[in-house]
Amino acid sequence: MLDIHGLTASIGGKAILKGIDLSVPAGEIHAIMGPNGSGKSTLGYVLAGREDHSVTGGTVTFEGRDMLSMEPEARAAAGLFLAFQAPIELPGVNNANFIRTALNAVRRAHGESELDAVQFLKLARAELKRLAMPDDMLKRNVNVGFSGGEKKRNEVLQMTLLRPRFAVLDETDSGLDIDALKIVADGVNALRGPEFSALVITHHQRLLDHLVPNRVHVLAGGRIVRSGGPELAKELEKSGYGAMLAEAA
Amino acid sequence: MNAILETGAAGFLARYEALLGRLPGDSTLRAAAADAFRTLGLPGATRGRRAEAWKYTTLQPLGGMSFGSSGPPPAIALPNAAARLVFAGGAFRADLSTSVPGFARFADQPEFGELSWPDRDPMVALNTMLAEDGAVLTIPNDRDAGIVFLVHAGIDGTSAHPRHMIRLGRGARLTLMELFEGEGCYVHNPVSEIHVADGAVLTHVRMQTESTAAFHLATIYAAIAEGGTYDSFTLNIGGRITRTEVHTVLDGAGAVAHLNGAQLLTGSQHADFTSVVRHAAPKGTSRQTVKNVLAGQSRGVFQGRIEVARGAQGTDGYQMNRALLLSPDAEIDTKPELEIFADDVKCSHGATVGELDPEQLFYLRSRGIPDSEARAILVRAFLAEALDPVTNDTARGLLEDAVARWWEGQA
Repeated sequence: MLDIHGLTASIGGKAILKGIDLSVPAGEIHAIMGPNGSGKSTLGYVLAGREDHSVTGGTVTFEGRDMLSMEPEARAAAGLFLAFQAPIELPGVNNANFIRTALNAVRRAHGESELDAVQFLKLARAELKRLAMPDDMLKRNVNVGFSGGEKKRNEVLQMTLLRPRFAVLDETDSGLDIDALKIVADGVNALRGPEFSALVITHHQRLLDHLVPNRVHVLAGGRIVRSGGPELAKELEKSGYGAMLAEAA
Repeated sequence: MNAILETGAAGFLARYEALLGRLPGDSTLRAAAADAFRTLGLPGATRGRRAEAWKYTTLQPLGGMSFGSSGPPPAIALPNAAARLVFAGGAFRADLSTSVPGFARFADQPEFGELSWPDRDPMVALNTMLAEDGAVLTIPNDRDAGIVFLVHAGIDGTSAHPRHMIRLGRGARLTLMELFEGEGCYVHNPVSEIHVADGAVLTHVRMQTESTAAFHLATIYAAIAEGGTYDSFTLNIGGRITRTEVHTVLDGAGAVAHLNGAQLLTGSQHADFTSVVRHAAPKGTSRQTVKNVLAGQSRGVFQGRIEVARGAQGTDGYQMNRALLLSPDAEIDTKPELEIFADDVKCSHGATVGELDPEQLFYLRSRGIPDSEARAILVRAFLAEALDPVTNDTARGLLEDAVARWWEGQA
């Protein structure tokens, strides 16, 4: 579904990604782990098309299409979703209007009819209930005054409503208690199927207990230094990155 | 015989001379105003020192222009409203207006009021010298007059100097929705005097979508008595040069003044929002949020002054000016001033200037929202803080539509 070859990228002239090769087949969930500053978030932003992250080489194909030449909104319409590590606050923008505008933009791009406010609210309330989130989350301004956990859950709400084919979750589990962690995992598991893939960026093994990945990759210094099955995450939890990085060097 | 057409200030003075003896009302007051105008001139267009109050705005282009007093009125769409007063080129149009209780023409009932300063403000001097018509609207005690539309149509090649007097009796209520439109190059120079008596509430919404070749130079004086509320919002979208000057006095205890506004400018437009809020009595509240969205090479100006008199204890004053620059060539000038002579006072003011936040824009686009729509959402969000206090549905709808049309014109 997603194929990354020799991807290099820099921010403000500083090379961050130094040659990433990664393939995520349809229906699989892959985890990316690695120390701080290894380029995990940069990879997420580059996939979503953030303009101040310059791609300096390599290719990214998404279902056979050259994704790097697409605008961020076209990537979203094609089915990509990035759950932000630090979701952005939008004062003056109502959360329900925001998500409905996004959903309708994606539906338009697919030639589907738009949802009116009533249809949308029905859908959104059902989703909120499933994710055990309060209704008032829709009435507030986007992420304004949300706690850290609420912001993360709002990302999951957007994801489940937009129903992407490929989701990148950038440390969506950070700062969450165990109940919230389960909500995030449930959100992803609900989308799981032969047509859905995800890249889960995390520091912790505990999310992967609820969201069992097909593959685990370790990113360090802008490169993937090791890949393996779910047992790799457990190994990291035990021995840390230090041993592995020494071994890779 | 060919008369030499006088331009600039001389042109306006020549018109006054020609109308002498035929103008309604106090001729001594007019003569004094003419003397003042002769001295003050058009800021930036007449030789001599430009007053501090006109630091950022020049009427220099008016120096070489001359304007008549009548012409064929433009075709403008009139609001479908039960209470509607229409003025074209400053003259009342009974044929386009409806019957509004408490309304009289300035031409029939010339009242210059007592709040204005023709000796200090050049635009007020000009208006006082040349005013021929206007709306005199009187709402009796405890009457809820609903919504009244006051529509001004600018006529190409003319200058209009209407004089309006709005009086709300004790406990009265009124929503006054003013619309400013027109075609071609003209001057609109209204002066409004507003009296809000004890416990009365005036909601004053001004929507300025004049021709972009026009000069809109408006001055408002408002006095608010005990427990009264003057709740105003001004939207400036049209005009080549716009000056909105508001003087508000909180005269009675517990008076409330809201002077909110938004200026949406593009091309080489210039709009100056200047306000003076004087807290003359205890426990008054003033709130001012003015938002500027500036594209092209446009320039926005905000000058806000809060004065708190010696006895005005318990005053609560707030003033905020924010600008969103959509182009590197746009400019905002801000001059907030506080002058406080009481000790138990809560007053704050601030100003911000910025561009659309690239992170917010990326967040919206990463959700599939196209770039132009994402920008529109962020501009509307920026304006929300100023627009939200406009709670009258009719007024709010008209303002939202005007903002949406402006944005579509930018694409």
